[in-house]
Amino acid sequence: MPGRDEKNNPGFRLIDRRGFLKGAALGLMSMALPHRSDASFWEGFFQKHFREMNSEEIREVIKRLEKEYKEKYKVDFNIKTTKPLPGVLFGYGLDISRCIGCRRCVYACVKENNQSRDPQIHWITVLRFRKGEKWVSNLEEADKYYYPDRVPEEGYFYVPVQCQQCENPPCVKVCPTQATWKERDGIVVIDYNWCIGCRYCMAACPYGARRFNWGEPRIRREEINPNVHYLGNRPRYRGVVEKCTFCIQRTREGRYPACVEICPVGARKFGNLLDPKSEIRYCIEKKRVFRLKEDLNTFPKFYYFFAI
Amino acid sequence: MIKKIHITCLLFLLLATSLMILEGPVTAEDAGDELVEFPVPPPPFSEGIFPCSNCHAGMEVNTTKRELEFHQNIKLKHFDGWCFDCHNPDDRDTLRLASGKVISFKESEFLCGQCHGTIFRDWKAGVHGKRTGMWNGRKEYRLCVHCHWPHAPRFKPIKPLPPPVRPDDIKYRKLRPEEIPSNPLEEILRGEKR
Repeated sequence: MPGRDEKNNPGFRLIDRRGFLKGAALGLMSMALPHRSDASFWEGFFQKHFREMNSEEIREVIKRLEKEYKEKYKVDFNIKTTKPLPGVLFGYGLDISRCIGCRRCVYACVKENNQSRDPQIHWITVLRFRKGEKWVSNLEEADKYYYPDRVPEEGYFYVPVQCQQCENPPCVKVCPTQATWKERDGIVVIDYNWCIGCRYCMAACPYGARRFNWGEPRIRREEINPNVHYLGNRPRYRGVVEKCTFCIQRTREGRYPACVEICPVGARKFGNLLDPKSEIRYCIEKKRVFRLKEDLNTFPKFYYFFAI
Repeated sequence: MIKKIHITCLLFLLLATSLMILEGPVTAEDAGDELVEFPVPPPPFSEGIFPCSNCHAGMEVNTTKRELEFHQNIKLKHFDGWCFDCHNPDDRDTLRLASGKVISFKESEFLCGQCHGTIFRDWKAGVHGKRTGMWNGRKEYRLCVHCHWPHAPRFKPIKPLPPPVRPDDIKYRKLRPEEIPSNPLEEILRGEKR
Protein backbone atom coordinates (compact mmCIF):
# COMPACT_ATOMS: atom_id res chain seq x y z
CA MET A 1 0.00 0.00 0.00
CA PRO A 2 1.36 3.41 -0.90
CA GLY A 3 0.07 5.08 2.31
CA ARG A 4 2.07 2.78 4.59
CA ASP A 5 5.39 3.54 2.93
CA GLU A 6 4.88 7.23 3.40
CA LYS A 7 4.19 6.87 7.09
CA ASN A 8 6.98 4.44 7.92
CA ASN A 9 9.77 6.10 5.97
CA PRO A 10 10.48 9.70 7.18
CA GLY A 11 12.71 10.34 4.19
CA PHE A 12 9.89 9.75 1.76
CA ARG A 13 7.38 12.50 1.12
CA LEU A 14 4.86 12.94 -1.63
CA ILE A 15 5.76 16.15 -3.42
CA ASP A 16 3.02 18.22 -4.97
CA ARG A 17 3.52 20.34 -8.07
CA ARG A 18 3.95 23.65 -6.20
CA GLY A 19 6.51 22.23 -3.82
CA PHE A 20 8.45 20.70 -6.68
CA LEU A 21 8.62 23.97 -8.59
CA LYS A 22 9.65 25.89 -5.46
CA GLY A 23 12.49 23.50 -4.80
CA ALA A 24 13.60 23.45 -8.40
CA ALA A 25 13.66 27.25 -8.53
CA LEU A 26 15.73 27.51 -5.34
CA GLY A 27 18.11 24.84 -6.56
CA LEU A 28 18.63 26.54 -9.89
CA MET A 29 19.17 29.87 -8.17
CA SER A 30 21.88 28.45 -5.97
CA MET A 31 23.56 27.02 -9.06
CA ALA A 32 23.39 30.33 -10.89
CA LEU A 33 24.99 32.27 -8.01
CA PRO A 34 28.70 31.89 -7.55
CA HIS A 35 29.69 29.47 -4.82
CA ARG A 36 31.42 31.89 -2.52
CA SER A 37 31.37 31.57 1.21
CA ASP A 38 33.22 34.74 2.31
CA ALA A 39 30.99 37.36 3.90
CA SER A 40 32.61 40.21 1.96
CA PHE A 41 31.33 38.84 -1.34
CA TRP A 42 27.76 38.67 -0.14
CA GLU A 43 27.97 42.12 1.43
CA GLY A 44 29.05 43.41 -1.96
CA PHE A 45 26.30 41.47 -3.67
CA PHE A 46 23.57 43.02 -1.53
CA GLN A 47 25.13 46.50 -1.38
CA LYS A 48 22.52 49.29 -1.54
CA HIS A 49 22.52 51.97 -4.22
CA PHE A 50 25.20 54.57 -3.48
CA ARG A 51 22.72 57.44 -3.27
CA GLU A 52 20.42 55.54 -0.91
CA MET A 53 23.13 54.74 1.62
CA ASN A 54 23.63 56.87 4.73
CA SER A 55 27.10 57.93 5.78
CA GLU A 56 27.43 55.00 8.19
CA GLU A 57 26.63 52.49 5.44
CA ILE A 58 29.00 54.21 3.03
CA ARG A 59 31.77 54.03 5.62
CA GLU A 60 31.26 50.28 5.94
CA VAL A 61 31.35 49.81 2.17
CA ILE A 62 34.60 51.80 1.98
CA LYS A 63 36.10 49.68 4.75
CA ARG A 64 35.15 46.50 2.93
CA LEU A 65 36.52 47.74 -0.39
CA GLU A 66 39.81 48.88 1.13
CA LYS A 67 40.22 45.39 2.59
CA GLU A 68 39.35 43.73 -0.72
CA TYR A 69 41.78 45.94 -2.67
CA LYS A 70 44.51 45.32 -0.10
CA GLU A 71 44.15 41.57 -0.60
CA LYS A 72 43.99 41.85 -4.37
CA TYR A 73 46.62 44.49 -5.14
CA LYS A 74 48.77 44.43 -1.96
CA VAL A 75 48.48 48.22 -1.82
CA ASP A 76 46.91 50.42 0.89
CA PHE A 77 44.14 52.37 -0.83
CA ASN A 78 42.60 55.57 0.45
CA ILE A 79 39.06 55.62 -0.96
CA LYS A 80 37.37 59.01 -0.70
CA THR A 81 33.68 59.82 -1.10
CA THR A 82 34.09 63.61 -1.31
CA LYS A 83 30.72 65.25 -1.97
CA PRO A 84 30.12 67.86 -4.70
CA LEU A 85 31.11 71.40 -3.70
CA PRO A 86 28.10 73.74 -3.39
CA GLY A 87 27.69 76.31 -6.16
CA VAL A 88 29.97 74.45 -8.54
CA LEU A 89 29.23 73.17 -12.05
CA PHE A 90 32.35 71.90 -13.75
CA GLY A 91 33.20 72.91 -17.31
CA TYR A 92 36.14 72.11 -19.53
CA GLY A 93 37.76 74.03 -22.35
CA LEU A 94 40.09 72.69 -25.03
CA ASP A 95 41.98 74.97 -27.39
CA ILE A 96 42.29 73.08 -30.68
CA SER A 97 44.37 75.87 -32.17
CA ARG A 98 47.11 74.90 -29.68
CA CYS A 99 46.78 71.10 -29.31
CA ILE A 100 49.75 69.35 -30.95
CA GLY A 101 48.43 65.78 -30.62
CA CYS A 102 51.30 64.53 -28.43
CA ARG A 103 49.05 62.21 -26.34
CA ARG A 104 50.64 63.27 -23.02
CA CYS A 105 47.09 63.77 -21.69
CA VAL A 106 46.07 60.22 -22.65
CA TYR A 107 48.79 58.64 -20.55
CA ALA A 108 48.63 61.13 -17.67
CA CYS A 109 44.98 60.10 -17.39
CA VAL A 110 45.94 56.42 -17.46
CA LYS A 111 48.43 57.04 -14.65
CA GLU A 112 46.10 59.09 -12.46
CA ASN A 113 42.97 56.99 -12.96
CA ASN A 114 44.35 53.44 -12.73
CA GLN A 115 43.26 52.32 -16.19
CA SER A 116 44.10 48.76 -17.16
CA ARG A 117 47.43 48.56 -19.02
CA ASP A 118 46.64 45.18 -20.61
CA PRO A 119 43.95 44.87 -21.91
CA GLN A 120 44.57 48.50 -22.72
CA ILE A 121 42.04 51.17 -21.75
CA HIS A 122 42.34 54.87 -22.56
CA TRP A 123 39.72 57.42 -21.50
CA ILE A 124 41.01 60.05 -23.93
CA THR A 125 41.20 59.53 -27.69
CA VAL A 126 43.08 62.07 -29.80
CA LEU A 127 41.62 62.35 -33.29
CA ARG A 128 43.61 63.68 -36.21
CA PHE A 129 42.00 65.60 -39.05
CA ARG A 130 43.34 67.08 -42.24
CA LYS A 131 43.06 70.86 -42.28
CA GLY A 132 40.31 72.23 -44.46
CA GLU A 133 38.28 69.02 -44.65
CA LYS A 134 34.74 68.59 -43.43
CA TRP A 135 35.13 66.97 -40.08
CA VAL A 136 32.72 67.87 -37.24
CA SER A 137 30.09 65.34 -38.28
CA ASN A 138 32.65 62.67 -39.18
CA LEU A 139 34.29 61.86 -35.87
CA GLU A 140 34.07 58.12 -36.47
CA GLU A 141 36.15 58.34 -39.64
CA ALA A 142 38.98 60.29 -38.03
CA ASP A 143 42.41 58.78 -37.61
CA LYS A 144 43.23 57.92 -34.01
CA TYR A 145 46.20 55.63 -34.77
CA TYR A 146 48.52 58.30 -36.23
CA TYR A 147 52.10 57.85 -35.03
CA PRO A 148 54.58 60.11 -36.83
CA ASP A 149 58.09 60.79 -35.61
CA ARG A 150 57.23 64.33 -34.56
CA VAL A 151 54.02 66.27 -33.87
CA PRO A 152 52.40 68.58 -34.85
CA GLU A 153 52.45 67.57 -38.52
CA GLU A 154 52.09 70.05 -41.33
CA GLY A 155 48.53 70.20 -42.64
CA TYR A 156 46.81 68.43 -39.73
CA PHE A 157 45.03 69.37 -36.53
CA TYR A 158 44.14 67.33 -33.48
CA VAL A 159 40.96 66.99 -31.42
CA PRO A 160 41.15 65.07 -28.14
CA VAL A 161 37.80 63.52 -27.18
CA GLN A 162 36.80 62.23 -23.75
CA CYS A 163 33.56 62.15 -21.74
CA GLN A 164 31.77 65.42 -22.49
CA GLN A 165 29.90 65.41 -19.14
CA CYS A 166 26.57 66.18 -20.81
CA GLU A 167 23.93 68.10 -18.89
CA ASN A 168 21.40 65.83 -20.61
CA PRO A 169 23.35 62.56 -20.71
CA PRO A 170 21.87 59.81 -22.92
CA CYS A 171 24.00 57.18 -21.15
CA VAL A 172 22.25 57.86 -17.85
CA LYS A 173 18.81 57.52 -19.42
CA VAL A 174 19.43 54.01 -20.74
CA CYS A 175 21.11 52.44 -17.71
CA PRO A 176 18.79 49.66 -16.50
CA THR A 177 20.27 49.51 -13.00
CA GLN A 178 20.85 53.24 -12.37
CA ALA A 179 24.52 52.46 -11.95
CA THR A 180 25.40 55.72 -13.70
CA TRP A 181 24.05 59.18 -12.89
CA LYS A 182 24.84 62.88 -12.99
CA GLU A 183 26.11 64.44 -9.76
CA ARG A 184 25.18 67.95 -8.63
CA ASP A 185 28.48 69.39 -9.84
CA GLY A 186 27.72 68.06 -13.32
CA ILE A 187 30.02 65.03 -13.34
CA VAL A 188 28.49 61.84 -14.75
CA VAL A 189 29.69 58.99 -12.53
CA ILE A 190 29.50 55.20 -12.49
CA ASP A 191 29.15 52.88 -9.49
CA TYR A 192 31.30 49.91 -10.53
CA ASN A 193 29.58 47.75 -7.92
CA TRP A 194 26.19 48.35 -9.51
CA CYS A 195 27.19 48.19 -13.17
CA ILE A 196 26.07 44.89 -14.71
CA GLY A 197 28.06 45.37 -17.91
CA CYS A 198 25.15 45.46 -20.36
CA ARG A 199 26.92 48.26 -22.32
CA TYR A 200 23.66 50.06 -23.20
CA CYS A 201 25.38 53.30 -22.13
CA MET A 202 28.17 52.70 -24.61
CA ALA A 203 25.64 52.33 -27.39
CA ALA A 204 23.84 55.48 -26.24
CA CYS A 205 26.90 57.73 -25.94
CA PRO A 206 27.28 59.79 -29.15
CA TYR A 207 30.94 60.53 -28.34
CA GLY A 208 32.25 57.00 -27.86
CA ALA A 209 33.59 58.08 -24.49
CA ARG A 210 32.81 54.96 -22.46
CA ARG A 211 35.13 51.96 -22.18
CA PHE A 212 34.41 48.35 -21.24
CA ASN A 213 36.59 46.01 -19.18
CA TRP A 214 36.56 42.94 -21.41
CA GLY A 215 39.13 41.28 -19.19
CA GLU A 216 40.38 41.55 -15.63
CA PRO A 217 42.12 44.98 -15.51
CA ARG A 218 45.88 44.65 -14.97
CA ILE A 219 48.30 47.31 -13.69
CA ARG A 220 51.86 47.02 -12.40
CA ARG A 221 51.75 47.25 -8.64
CA GLU A 222 54.29 50.10 -8.50
CA GLU A 223 52.20 52.16 -10.95
CA ILE A 224 48.95 52.00 -8.97
CA ASN A 225 47.61 55.34 -7.72
CA PRO A 226 46.27 54.59 -4.22
CA ASN A 227 44.48 57.95 -3.78
CA VAL A 228 41.08 57.18 -5.23
CA HIS A 229 37.44 58.20 -5.17
CA TYR A 230 34.59 55.69 -4.90
CA LEU A 231 32.91 57.17 -8.00
CA GLY A 232 36.13 57.73 -9.92
CA ASN A 233 39.51 56.10 -10.20
CA ARG A 234 39.24 53.16 -7.79
CA PRO A 235 40.22 49.85 -9.40
CA ARG A 236 37.51 48.47 -11.66
CA TYR A 237 36.31 44.90 -12.17
CA ARG A 238 36.04 42.71 -15.22
CA GLY A 239 32.72 43.36 -16.96
CA VAL A 240 32.10 46.98 -15.92
CA VAL A 241 32.04 50.23 -17.89
CA GLU A 242 34.31 53.18 -17.09
CA LYS A 243 35.01 56.68 -18.40
CA CYS A 244 36.45 60.12 -17.66
CA THR A 245 35.13 61.77 -14.46
CA PHE A 246 37.02 65.11 -14.77
CA CYS A 247 39.36 63.50 -12.18
CA ILE A 248 36.65 63.65 -9.51
CA GLN A 249 39.19 62.71 -6.82
CA ARG A 250 41.25 65.82 -7.63
CA THR A 251 38.73 68.41 -8.79
CA ARG A 252 36.43 68.06 -5.79
CA GLU A 253 39.41 69.09 -3.69
CA GLY A 254 40.15 72.13 -5.84
CA ARG A 255 42.93 70.64 -7.93
CA TYR A 256 43.08 70.59 -11.73
CA PRO A 257 42.47 67.33 -13.64
CA ALA A 258 45.62 65.36 -14.53
CA CYS A 259 45.24 66.05 -18.26
CA VAL A 260 45.20 69.82 -17.62
CA GLU A 261 48.39 69.67 -15.57
CA ILE A 262 50.36 67.57 -18.07
CA CYS A 263 49.46 69.42 -21.29
CA PRO A 264 52.78 70.86 -22.54
CA VAL A 265 51.12 73.62 -24.59
CA GLY A 266 48.47 74.64 -22.04
CA ALA A 267 45.61 73.82 -24.40
CA ARG A 268 43.39 72.43 -21.63
CA LYS A 269 41.31 74.71 -19.39
CA PHE A 270 39.12 73.82 -16.45
CA GLY A 271 36.90 75.61 -13.96
CA ASN A 272 33.54 76.43 -12.46
CA LEU A 273 30.88 77.43 -14.99
CA LEU A 274 28.94 79.26 -12.26
CA ASP A 275 31.88 81.51 -11.35
CA PRO A 276 31.97 84.49 -13.74
CA LYS A 277 35.68 85.01 -13.01
CA SER A 278 36.75 81.45 -13.87
CA GLU A 279 39.04 80.55 -16.76
CA ILE A 280 36.35 78.51 -18.47
CA ARG A 281 33.88 81.40 -18.38
CA TYR A 282 36.53 83.66 -19.92
CA CYS A 283 36.95 81.14 -22.76
CA ILE A 284 33.22 80.89 -23.40
CA GLU A 285 32.71 84.65 -23.32
CA LYS A 286 35.80 85.77 -25.24
CA LYS A 287 36.64 82.91 -27.64
CA ARG A 288 34.91 81.15 -30.50
CA VAL A 289 33.60 78.03 -28.78
CA PHE A 290 31.64 75.04 -30.01
CA ARG A 291 30.61 71.68 -28.59
CA LEU A 292 30.60 68.33 -30.34
CA LYS A 293 27.32 67.22 -31.91
CA GLU A 294 25.33 70.13 -30.48
CA ASP A 295 22.33 69.10 -32.60
CA LEU A 296 21.73 66.08 -30.35
CA ASN A 297 20.73 68.32 -27.41
CA THR A 298 23.04 66.52 -25.02
CA PHE A 299 24.39 69.89 -23.77
CA PRO A 300 28.01 68.87 -23.20
CA LYS A 301 30.02 70.85 -20.63
CA PHE A 302 33.14 70.33 -22.74
CA TYR A 303 33.90 73.39 -24.89
CA TYR A 304 36.31 73.37 -27.81
CA PHE A 305 37.67 76.74 -28.84
CA PHE A 306 40.15 78.57 -31.06
CA ALA A 307 42.30 81.05 -29.18
CA ILE A 308 44.18 82.26 -32.26
CA MET B 1 24.17 105.61 30.66
CA ILE B 2 22.66 104.99 27.24
CA LYS B 3 24.12 108.27 25.97
CA LYS B 4 27.59 107.17 27.09
CA ILE B 5 27.31 103.93 25.11
CA HIS B 6 26.17 105.89 22.06
CA ILE B 7 29.15 108.19 22.29
CA THR B 8 31.65 105.36 22.63
CA CYS B 9 30.03 103.64 19.66
CA LEU B 10 30.35 106.82 17.61
CA LEU B 11 33.96 107.18 18.63
CA PHE B 12 34.70 103.64 17.50
CA LEU B 13 32.98 104.26 14.19
CA LEU B 14 35.02 107.40 13.64
CA LEU B 15 38.23 105.54 14.46
CA ALA B 16 37.35 102.71 12.09
CA THR B 17 36.50 105.03 9.18
CA SER B 18 39.66 107.06 9.68
CA LEU B 19 41.70 103.84 9.58
CA MET B 20 39.94 102.80 6.38
CA ILE B 21 40.68 106.14 4.78
CA LEU B 22 44.32 105.83 5.80
CA GLU B 23 44.56 102.38 4.22
CA GLY B 24 42.47 103.29 1.20
CA PRO B 25 44.94 104.88 -1.25
CA VAL B 26 47.51 102.09 -0.84
CA THR B 27 45.19 99.34 -2.02
CA ALA B 28 43.90 101.50 -4.86
CA GLU B 29 47.43 101.83 -6.18
CA ASP B 30 48.06 98.12 -5.88
CA ALA B 31 45.08 97.40 -8.08
CA GLY B 32 46.78 99.18 -10.99
CA ASP B 33 47.68 96.89 -13.85
CA GLU B 34 51.43 97.36 -13.70
CA LEU B 35 51.71 96.47 -10.05
CA VAL B 36 49.77 93.20 -10.06
CA GLU B 37 52.13 90.34 -9.36
CA PHE B 38 51.66 86.86 -10.76
CA PRO B 39 52.98 83.88 -8.83
CA VAL B 40 55.64 82.48 -11.16
CA PRO B 41 58.66 80.23 -10.60
CA PRO B 42 62.13 81.79 -11.12
CA PRO B 43 63.14 82.37 -14.76
CA PRO B 44 64.76 79.38 -16.55
CA PHE B 45 68.36 80.57 -16.97
CA SER B 46 70.96 78.27 -18.49
CA GLU B 47 73.35 77.16 -15.79
CA GLY B 48 76.01 79.71 -14.81
CA ILE B 49 74.68 82.45 -17.11
CA PHE B 50 73.13 84.70 -14.47
CA PRO B 51 73.94 87.28 -13.17
CA CYS B 52 75.12 88.63 -16.52
CA SER B 53 77.22 91.26 -14.74
CA ASN B 54 79.66 88.50 -13.76
CA CYS B 55 81.16 88.89 -17.23
CA HIS B 56 79.64 92.13 -18.50
CA ALA B 57 80.59 94.34 -15.53
CA GLY B 58 84.02 95.30 -16.87
CA MET B 59 83.10 95.25 -20.55
CA GLU B 60 82.58 98.28 -22.69
CA VAL B 61 79.06 98.65 -24.09
CA ASN B 62 78.96 98.29 -27.88
CA THR B 63 75.53 99.26 -29.19
CA THR B 64 76.13 98.49 -32.87
CA LYS B 65 74.23 95.55 -34.34
CA ARG B 66 76.75 92.80 -35.20
CA GLU B 67 77.62 89.08 -35.16
CA LEU B 68 78.50 88.14 -31.58
CA GLU B 69 81.69 86.30 -30.67
CA PHE B 70 80.16 84.92 -27.48
CA HIS B 71 76.56 83.62 -27.09
CA GLN B 72 77.01 81.56 -30.27
CA ASN B 73 73.95 79.47 -29.44
CA ILE B 74 71.66 82.45 -29.96
CA LYS B 75 70.46 82.78 -33.55
CA LEU B 76 67.72 85.35 -33.20
CA LYS B 77 64.57 83.97 -34.83
CA HIS B 78 61.99 86.20 -33.30
CA PHE B 79 61.53 89.56 -34.98
CA ASP B 80 64.01 91.66 -36.88
CA GLY B 81 65.49 93.05 -33.73
CA TRP B 82 68.54 92.54 -31.62
CA CYS B 83 69.85 92.36 -28.04
CA PHE B 84 69.08 95.85 -26.74
CA ASP B 85 65.46 95.84 -27.88
CA CYS B 86 64.91 93.83 -24.70
CA HIS B 87 68.14 93.71 -22.68
CA ASN B 88 69.25 96.79 -20.79
CA PRO B 89 72.68 98.03 -22.02
CA ASP B 90 73.23 100.00 -18.81
CA ASP B 91 72.60 97.08 -16.44
CA ARG B 92 72.75 93.61 -17.98
CA ASP B 93 71.03 91.99 -14.99
CA THR B 94 67.77 93.69 -15.98
CA LEU B 95 65.50 94.10 -18.98
CA ARG B 96 64.22 97.35 -20.47
CA LEU B 97 60.78 98.14 -21.86
CA ALA B 98 60.24 100.33 -24.92
CA SER B 99 59.12 103.07 -22.55
CA GLY B 100 62.58 103.02 -20.94
CA LYS B 101 61.26 101.42 -17.76
CA VAL B 102 63.72 98.90 -16.31
CA ILE B 103 62.27 95.58 -15.11
CA SER B 104 63.77 92.44 -13.60
CA PHE B 105 63.99 89.07 -15.34
CA LYS B 106 61.34 87.83 -12.89
CA GLU B 107 58.65 89.98 -14.52
CA SER B 108 59.59 89.52 -18.15
CA GLU B 109 55.92 89.00 -19.10
CA PHE B 110 55.54 92.80 -19.29
CA LEU B 111 58.27 92.89 -21.90
CA CYS B 112 56.61 90.23 -24.10
CA GLY B 113 53.24 91.89 -23.53
CA GLN B 114 54.43 95.06 -25.30
CA CYS B 115 53.97 93.38 -28.69
CA HIS B 116 51.78 90.38 -27.85
CA GLY B 117 49.00 92.34 -26.17
CA THR B 118 46.09 90.01 -26.85
CA ILE B 119 48.08 87.01 -25.71
CA PHE B 120 49.21 88.88 -22.58
CA ARG B 121 45.55 89.59 -21.84
CA ASP B 122 44.68 85.88 -22.21
CA TRP B 123 47.70 84.93 -20.11
CA LYS B 124 46.59 87.20 -17.27
CA ALA B 125 43.13 85.62 -17.38
CA GLY B 126 44.75 82.20 -17.14
CA VAL B 127 43.75 81.12 -20.64
CA HIS B 128 46.99 81.39 -22.62
CA GLY B 129 49.59 78.96 -21.31
CA LYS B 130 49.64 76.30 -18.69
CA ARG B 131 48.22 76.67 -15.18
CA THR B 132 48.71 74.32 -12.29
CA GLY B 133 47.62 74.56 -8.67
CA MET B 134 43.98 75.00 -7.70
CA TRP B 135 41.11 75.82 -10.06
CA ASN B 136 39.36 77.58 -7.16
CA GLY B 137 42.38 78.95 -5.34
CA ARG B 138 46.05 79.76 -5.76
CA LYS B 139 47.18 79.17 -9.34
CA GLU B 140 50.74 78.73 -10.47
CA TYR B 141 51.53 80.79 -13.54
CA ARG B 142 54.54 80.39 -15.81
CA LEU B 143 56.55 83.14 -17.45
CA CYS B 144 56.35 83.29 -21.26
CA VAL B 145 60.00 82.22 -21.32
CA HIS B 146 59.31 78.99 -19.42
CA CYS B 147 57.72 77.59 -22.57
CA HIS B 148 59.00 79.89 -25.34
CA TRP B 149 62.73 80.42 -25.67
CA PRO B 150 62.71 84.20 -26.21
CA HIS B 151 65.39 84.15 -28.93
CA ALA B 152 63.42 81.64 -31.06
CA PRO B 153 59.97 81.39 -29.49
CA ARG B 154 58.25 78.94 -31.83
CA PHE B 155 57.65 75.49 -30.27
CA LYS B 156 59.84 72.67 -31.50
CA PRO B 157 57.93 69.57 -32.66
CA ILE B 158 58.05 66.70 -30.12
CA LYS B 159 57.70 62.94 -30.24
CA PRO B 160 54.13 61.73 -29.61
CA LEU B 161 53.32 58.88 -27.22
CA PRO B 162 52.13 55.61 -28.83
CA PRO B 163 48.63 55.26 -30.30
CA PRO B 164 45.99 52.97 -28.77
CA VAL B 165 46.03 49.26 -29.63
CA ARG B 166 43.90 48.46 -32.68
CA PRO B 167 40.93 46.19 -31.96
CA ASP B 168 42.43 43.50 -34.20
CA ASP B 169 45.61 43.44 -32.13
CA ILE B 170 43.94 42.96 -28.75
CA LYS B 171 44.77 39.52 -27.42
CA TYR B 172 43.92 38.50 -23.89
CA ARG B 173 46.77 36.40 -22.65
CA LYS B 174 48.14 35.25 -19.34
CA LEU B 175 50.74 37.68 -17.98
CA ARG B 176 53.23 37.46 -15.16
CA PRO B 177 53.25 40.67 -13.04
CA GLU B 178 56.51 41.87 -14.60
CA GLU B 179 55.08 41.35 -18.10
CA ILE B 180 52.30 43.90 -17.62
CA PRO B 181 53.18 46.82 -19.91
CA SER B 182 54.38 49.99 -18.20
CA ASN B 183 52.83 53.41 -18.82
CA PRO B 184 55.03 55.09 -21.49
CA LEU B 185 54.62 58.41 -19.68
CA GLU B 186 56.58 57.10 -16.67
CA GLU B 187 59.74 57.00 -18.76
CA ILE B 188 59.32 60.63 -19.87
CA LEU B 189 58.63 61.79 -16.31
CA ARG B 190 61.73 59.95 -15.06
CA GLY B 191 63.76 61.66 -17.79
CA GLU B 192 62.45 65.09 -16.76
CA LYS B 193 63.34 64.53 -13.12
CA ARG B 194 66.93 63.64 -13.94
